[in-house]
Amino acid sequence: MYTTLLVRYGEISLKGNNRPYFEDKLLANMRRALAGLPPRQMRKTFGRIFVDLHNDLEAVSQRLRQVFGIVSMSPVVTAPLEMAAIQQAALAVLADSPGATFKVQTQRPNKRFPLTSPLVNQELGAYLLSHSPGRRVDVHHPDCYVHVEIRDEGAYIYTRTIPGPGGLPVGVTGRGLLLISGGIDSPVAGYMGLKRGLELTALHFYSFPFTSERSKEKVIDLCRVLAGYGGSFSLIIAPFTEIQKAIRQHCPEEFYVTIMRRMMFRIAQAAAEQEGALALLTGESLGQVASQTLPSMAVINRVVDLPVLRPLVAWDKSEIIEVSRRIGTYDISIRPYEDCCTLFVPRHPATKPSLVRVEAAEENLPVAALVAECLGNLEILTVEPEAVHSV
Amino acid sequence: MAASIIYLDNSATTALLPGVAAVADRMLADNYGNPSSLHGLGVNAEKALAAARRQVANLIGARPGEIFFTSGGTEANNTAVWGISRARRRQGKHIITTAIEHPSLLAACRRLEAEGYEVTCLPVDACGIIRLSDLEAALRDDTILVSVMSVNNELGSLQPLAAVARLVHTKSRAALHVDHIQGYGKIPLQCSATGIDLMSLSSHKIHGPKGAGALYVKEGLRLEPLLVGGDQEGGLRAGTENTAGIAAFGLAAALAAAEMAARAERLRQIKMALVAGLLQAISGARINGPDPEAAAPHIVNISFPGIRAEVLVHMLEQRGIYVSTGSACHSRRQDSSHVLQALHLERWRLEGAIRISLGALNRLEEVEPAVTAFKECIRELWTLSGYSEPVPLK
Repeated sequence: MYTTLLVRYGEISLKGNNRPYFEDKLLANMRRALAGLPPRQMRKTFGRIFVDLHNDLEAVSQRLRQVFGIVSMSPVVTAPLEMAAIQQAALAVLADSPGATFKVQTQRPNKRFPLTSPLVNQELGAYLLSHSPGRRVDVHHPDCYVHVEIRDEGAYIYTRTIPGPGGLPVGVTGRGLLLISGGIDSPVAGYMGLKRGLELTALHFYSFPFTSERSKEKVIDLCRVLAGYGGSFSLIIAPFTEIQKAIRQHCPEEFYVTIMRRMMFRIAQAAAEQEGALALLTGESLGQVASQTLPSMAVINRVVDLPVLRPLVAWDKSEIIEVSRRIGTYDISIRPYEDCCTLFVPRHPATKPSLVRVEAAEENLPVAALVAECLGNLEILTVEPEAVHSV
Repeated sequence: MAASIIYLDNSATTALLPGVAAVADRMLADNYGNPSSLHGLGVNAEKALAAARRQVANLIGARPGEIFFTSGGTEANNTAVWGISRARRRQGKHIITTAIEHPSLLAACRRLEAEGYEVTCLPVDACGIIRLSDLEAALRDDTILVSVMSVNNELGSLQPLAAVARLVHTKSRAALHVDHIQGYGKIPLQCSATGIDLMSLSSHKIHGPKGAGALYVKEGLRLEPLLVGGDQEGGLRAGTENTAGIAAFGLAAALAAAEMAARAERLRQIKMALVAGLLQAISGARINGPDPEAAAPHIVNISFPGIRAEVLVHMLEQRGIYVSTGSACHSRRQDSSHVLQALHLERWRLEGAIRISLGALNRLEEVEPAVTAFKECIRELWTLSGYSEPVPLK
């Protein structure tokens, strides 16, 4: 029955001169999300996008619910610009909608249509009321609005509104380098970055044999889920074993984690520059663990100039878990392969490291050589979204 | 990956022996008939199945008619426990097993517990062996099944099956099931002569393919099937037979039978050399479970102090040496194995336990490089962790 999906986007329409660019990104992202389904037309008009349906409303709307920038969607029935046709179409749409009460709400951008909006409301409302046994009109709090849009090319009629994920189209704000560990937090941070329009490059520090090959597979699987929201991206695997060994060898135990994070940030910044990323993106949440206290963050942050985006900084663990379940990363994140060997976790990590002491502790560490060696041995994978089967 | 590998994880699974894959290939390509079909193609497949049944039976002194093919060891264990318990539910609802059985046996028992059966789990001593007095005390009039494994998959401990069988059959009417998956082809065990009523076997532990196994059921013993809907395998296991896997399993069994004594002796030699080398090279290393001389010839479990077994597994893997922590089924979980816990070991021994398991393809020449690799990896870990080597005891 529904011939078209009306897609609404929000903030983009506020973005002044950038608007066409944002809209084109959104369209491209929507096309990518619908790849594998039958080809279709998408039309951009007056701050909305109309997507043709081929009896595949469920498949299309399910996929577009993962496209950032979309605020909501409505399946619509189109009718020629004649009252009789509009009545027929509206009756069918209402019959497909739940609720005991309804109200007709008309917009008429096409001023050549002979009836004004209030008149359409009245005439169509009366028709629907007399042809829909059991339904009543309620103009104040209807269960269901029958929307009618009278446009140049025809009339659009719809009742349902499907929420979209909001945010901005992936790619419009630039590239961020996501530090991804295989835990619960960092994939959620990646998701939040995508939501605000970042394009991702992910970076994972790999410490085989202190972590298993399965923990790397886990990170790849997590990235695959993120690719479902933002399209394929690069995952850089950085060998970290030698650095961990060197830290153990040259630095005091209480600073292992602080120095490890500083090394990760140094490498991440260099990788970000190579990839054209303008920020680092992490899953840190203030005060969650020793390396995420404010004094730790301050000391760790010192080694980079790029902004470090921490979308989860004010989130509780329970909130992070909730989102991770919703976006489909939680079950992967909790797979039991250890992602950090206890060998490198001190018994009493410093929670208030001072910059002076940490810098002194790094004195014997060949920082530049270790970073250079790591950067010379990066493995770069391309992560594709999980193939979605059309319904 | 290293150019040459030393595979010491044969209790997880084994490589196919030469010729075994060819049998499966031939079955898949040419002898693809359904053994239940009336026509000649079906007859050919049925013949291959019958030959495999003879080969598998031969190794345990069973009659071919007492061998029922399954999808593997897990299904054999499940069928034995369920099949007997269901068939005898009016006779009693008490089952005896041991604390160190394979999860496929223990989990089946746990399900029955939920259905009102009572399960007694016999403890084991520090060598991983049950006490006959415990078994005797546990046997009751309503005991319908006693299930005791022949060779423990993590420790290599051997159970006194002849004495167990005598006790079970003189003191009760229970059936005796033996999980012989790790012992098949490694230690001689005759089912009827020993007094065993049911025995589980698996193909991929004896250099056959995965997906094939068997349950020996003593003639006349009645079991309820797990899978229904066809009269294959005497009605005990419905479903078209995995003819390629089973035929290859048959050849693997025949090869094991032909050289069992020589194979066992070679495995024992390699194992003892490894044990001697490791104990000498790494001070503080301790054998878990039985005295290696008194255990199955191919399995040894050793704990190394000051290391995490998972890390050692991965370090050895970098050098092309494959072993496991505890048993393969546990290696993906962080909690340590129920078998090692049953031995009441100290924490470091649980965390640092490595299982080495040998197969027919291992050679004595592999011992030296393997020991060297263990030694170097462990020393590297010790250096990293600041662990100081214990002074060797005189």
